[in-house]
Amino acid sequence: MIKDKHKKYYQSLTRNMILSAIIVSFTPMLLVICILLHQFRVSYHEKTYAHLSELVQKHKQNIDAFLNEKLANIRFLAINNSFETINNNDFLQEKLFNLRRDYGNLFVDLGVVDENGIQLAYAGPYGLEKADYADAGWFKKARQVDSFISDVFLGLRGYPHFIVAVKQNGSGRGYLIRATIDFMAFNSLVQNLRVGKTGYAFILNREGKFQTNPAMDYQPNHSGYEFFWTAVEKTKNKILITRWKDDAGIENLYAVGSLKSGQWLLIVKQEAADAFSDLKRMLNIAVLIFMIGGVAIIFMAFYTSKRMVKRIRRADKDKENMNQQIIETGKMASIGELAAGIAHEINNPVAIMVEEAGWIGDLLEEEEFGQSNNLEEFNRALVQINTQGKRCKEITHKLLSFARKTDSTLKDVQLNDIVNEIVSLSAQMAKYNKVIIETRLQKTLPYITISPSEMQQVILNLINNALDSMEKTGGTIRISTKISEVEEEHIVVIVEDDGPGIPEANLLRIFDPFFTTKPVGKGTGLGLSICYGIINKMGGKIDVQSVIGEGTRFRIWIPIQK
Amino acid sequence: MTTPYLMLIDDEVPFVETMSKRLDKRGLKVISANSAEEALIKLDKDRHVDVIVLDVKMPGMDGIETLQEIKKRHPLKEVIMLTGHATVETAIEGMKLGAFDYLMKPCDLDILISKANEALKKKQSHESKIDKARIDKLVLTRGY
Repeated sequence: MIKDKHKKYYQSLTRNMILSAIIVSFTPMLLVICILLHQFRVSYHEKTYAHLSELVQKHKQNIDAFLNEKLANIRFLAINNSFETINNNDFLQEKLFNLRRDYGNLFVDLGVVDENGIQLAYAGPYGLEKADYADAGWFKKARQVDSFISDVFLGLRGYPHFIVAVKQNGSGRGYLIRATIDFMAFNSLVQNLRVGKTGYAFILNREGKFQTNPAMDYQPNHSGYEFFWTAVEKTKNKILITRWKDDAGIENLYAVGSLKSGQWLLIVKQEAADAFSDLKRMLNIAVLIFMIGGVAIIFMAFYTSKRMVKRIRRADKDKENMNQQIIETGKMASIGELAAGIAHEINNPVAIMVEEAGWIGDLLEEEEFGQSNNLEEFNRALVQINTQGKRCKEITHKLLSFARKTDSTLKDVQLNDIVNEIVSLSAQMAKYNKVIIETRLQKTLPYITISPSEMQQVILNLINNALDSMEKTGGTIRISTKISEVEEEHIVVIVEDDGPGIPEANLLRIFDPFFTTKPVGKGTGLGLSICYGIINKMGGKIDVQSVIGEGTRFRIWIPIQK
Repeated sequence: MTTPYLMLIDDEVPFVETMSKRLDKRGLKVISANSAEEALIKLDKDRHVDVIVLDVKMPGMDGIETLQEIKKRHPLKEVIMLTGHATVETAIEGMKLGAFDYLMKPCDLDILISKANEALKKKQSHESKIDKARIDKLVLTRGY
């Protein structure tokens, strides 16, 4: 029952420790990771948008500049030459040649068209003299403005191109100078614009038709792109950036800027996943770190908590044992006192018995008993009573001298006497245990001033420990005294046995109070710690050496006072 | 040589009785008491007691108290403490308070008698010194 309760207590202790360790560790880690990730995400978005926006802005300007330059070329041609001069195939041929020399194959052909849409003069590879443009879309628009750039279309030649046209008035009638710009050359301006892995650019006209070949084979959703037109008009010449899912369900980033005075849109499109791939990688790393950290924290929480609880458990157990031993010690002390009382009480009747025997002896000396046949027997019996009475006295005296409180009054003593006294006291006990006590005492030891009863206690303790260790096996205890050769002015007492020895782990703790290897109730664990205290008080020291299976040796050094 | 007039104080009646008989047989004059109170009354009545043998451990008034009381009332009387082993300290304390000596129970009768004789000698020498001092004083006051 109690064990169960303890088990539950330790289990809940472990659980609480693990939980609090995990919570305390996880909370800050989570907070930091979340805050940092959020900040990083925001700034990364800003950076990506800014980059896209700048890209579109730059290319918008580039393309506008390109178109305006081509227009300026034609306008220059128109203004500087009269209708008569320009309405000449050879002249146009020469101009076309010059333009092609300056700009590469951008200019495909040149033509002069009258106000009815009839091409009067032409220079170029398609042989379009006298071609009728009256119904062509670009012509209808171009005749209403001074200068005009058309959308890309296939036209009469069946090949994508667009037209740059300038309206002029000369010789009483209006006419148009027009040039065809090669689509491929123009297209390369936009097609080479790539962002990341999936980002590409394209140009749309008002009808939502591609003006360039998109790098990715992709058919735009017309209704979708109309949204851009209204949005761009609202932003007034600024770059619009928006996220939007296309038909395939992929989320894309669009950066949109208007071109050609708002007739075309330059659009850069990039998959959001691609644009934010760094962010995603960062997120993955963060998650990975979090997972590894989390696993480590949980592991450590479990490991340390288990260990701590194990220690607490051991400490509790030790405490419990110690309590029990303190009770035991108290019990021992009271038994000691009781023994002292009993011994004293026994002394009185023994004294009376001895006195009575003495009285009988006195009476027997009178003459009337002198003739008795049994006089000798009476005397023998009386002597026996006396002897046994004295024996009782000795026993009670010994019992008393060890049961009563230690007398710490100092006396000048011969250490060998104390050793001999204790050895004779322990001899009986040793005999029961089949232990022989040998002594080798240096006879010339000087007197030392110590408390004899404390010294007795120390030596008795060491002998008792040795006896206990050899309880089963029997053996020899050797006690020797001599003047120390190692320590100056010290007497050394050596008590050694050939018992089982003390394990190394216990050797360090052997002088600790309440440390005992005997079962609960058998030993108090106080003996050696009391010895240690006594020897220390005397200004001496005590040490122990032990080899498993060979025996144990205690050495005590006691200073010689001058 | 005079023999000492002894008083035995012990609560153990048989011990006192036997001891008295044995001492008596050896020619010593002995009276006894079984408690401190009884002893003090008897001492007041009989002023010739020389040596008192006092058990340290008694019910009621214990040995040390009795010793102090005796020494207060009869400073010249010598006291021998009788003790079990456990009360050696008490006996030593008693000696500090003026007891002549102590013996351990059970004690040898001859030793007791010899101690009593020594105590008597000490008492007599004290008494003779006091007598001499008195005589000197008397002589001085008389003004020879």
